[in-house]
Amino acid sequence: MPRISRPDWPALIGTVPFFVFAAVMIVMPTVALLANAFVDRQGGVTLANFADLATSEIANAFLTSIEISAATAVLGAFLGLGLALIISRGIANSKARTIIMTFCGVASNFSGVPLAFAFIATFGRLGLVTVVLRQVFGINLYASGFELASFSGLVLTYLFFQVPIALTIMMPAVERLPRECREAAEMLGATAWQYWRHIGLPVLWPTLLGTLALLFANAFGAIATAYALTGYAVNIVPILLYAQIRGDVLHNEQLGAALALCMVLVVALAITAYLALRARAERWMR
Amino acid sequence: MKTVLRLLLWAAMVLAGIYFLLPLISTAEFSLSIRRDEYSLDAYHSVFSDPEFFATFGYSAAIATCTIIFGVVLVVPMAYFVRLRLPWLKPVVELIVMLPLVVPPIVLVFGYLRLFSSSSVLPLTSTEMGSNALLVCGYMTLSLPYFYRAVDTGLQAIDARTLTDAATILGASPITVIRLVILPNILVSVLSGAFLTFAVVISEFVMASLLTRPAFGTYIQKVGVAQAYEPAALVILSFAITWGAMGMIQLVARFSPQRREQ
Repeated sequence: MPRISRPDWPALIGTVPFFVFAAVMIVMPTVALLANAFVDRQGGVTLANFADLATSEIANAFLTSIEISAATAVLGAFLGLGLALIISRGIANSKARTIIMTFCGVASNFSGVPLAFAFIATFGRLGLVTVVLRQVFGINLYASGFELASFSGLVLTYLFFQVPIALTIMMPAVERLPRECREAAEMLGATAWQYWRHIGLPVLWPTLLGTLALLFANAFGAIATAYALTGYAVNIVPILLYAQIRGDVLHNEQLGAALALCMVLVVALAITAYLALRARAERWMR
Repeated sequence: MKTVLRLLLWAAMVLAGIYFLLPLISTAEFSLSIRRDEYSLDAYHSVFSDPEFFATFGYSAAIATCTIIFGVVLVVPMAYFVRLRLPWLKPVVELIVMLPLVVPPIVLVFGYLRLFSSSSVLPLTSTEMGSNALLVCGYMTLSLPYFYRAVDTGLQAIDARTLTDAATILGASPITVIRLVILPNILVSVLSGAFLTFAVVISEFVMASLLTRPAFGTYIQKVGVAQAYEPAALVILSFAITWGAMGMIQLVARFSPQRREQ
């Protein structure tokens, strides 16, 4: 390639609107929060806001949020992988596959308030499943400790979009898994377990890691579903931040900024961990 | 052993099917059971006779359309120039389009409220139009990762360089090339990005709520707090809309140039 002696000005000008948008609408708002998080009410530079985050309410919110995100990411990724394997082996009919994949597209975008209402109509106190279980089978779901507005209820609901997202990402990777590998391994006497341990999983590993990171970030930032499902009953970070923005519940705007910044930090850490692990996996594959 | 495994796999499939269909069946059943002893469409009648339903839905559809047009204007020329003439910028662009995945929507809108508040240099939140513009920008950011990916995949599938050279020799300016040559050729990809954006935006709640916009998502939430059966009807409608948008993606994909060659 010849050395570029002169920048390609016309092309650069064509990209300017995009970069201006990115700077003003993505980078600047984040930087504004960054600046806000490091000042106190009088405008002096301080780290106190971050120290204030260590109150039990906020720390617990982070813990719960991370737990929910991790649980739905791990469950979602492995259930998605399992379903992708079953579908790729078991369903040859391309019409049926198209319907399944379209449904995945719908379900992965069907989150937020409508999803929460759908789950209330299903597993809520007057939901179809709850009522049928009680009237037909005599099982009282709520007496046995189940609660939709709880940790397990949130996980159950989040999986409705997490699993389809995982399935959509894993499907092409599973399809690319060469059939010959399986046959060769079987011919050499490998058991199914050995095949998966030494060939299948290592090949799928980078995709699986990417799925985990994406699902984690997705669940960590999600709020509409949780808010419509639980109100303020479950203490998670996005709901805390939502309450803070709407009504200043922390009685400190700068603390809200610090909270928001820590959210970005947690997601960034998850993505960084993914990139590092993927780099390691790729080195190991070679 | 093989048959047991097969049965187990089918059982897993059936379980997954039940999990995904039950919420829809329950909601549909609930939306029809407004009368005590018979199924009726009363909840849907009630929804359709509420002027606020049409107002908020129209508002969200308009915002979604603005977002899509804005997205095309912003992303298509950028992706085209970067792919053809500025490949060294590609890593930067890839990083930027990933940012919305790292910065959650609620953090982004919090930033908007701080940055564009009534006491700032650019007080967008103090006017109706300004808030609408902010909402469009927020949705644009939300859909950027998917929209860029769709456009870039479309560009990859066509021979953009030859098309550009041919059009340029015939005297077309870069803008004409993008508008009349590139855009029609990647229309399928752009449309699939557009329908995805529509599906995401139409019932979005957090950004609309915090910018106090009269959007469909906040309307569903409001109805959900006040009524019992109408929200179920709204859920079914919003599921149908999402399904419609995804169905359109499948439909336009049939007309893609790659498919036609096969």
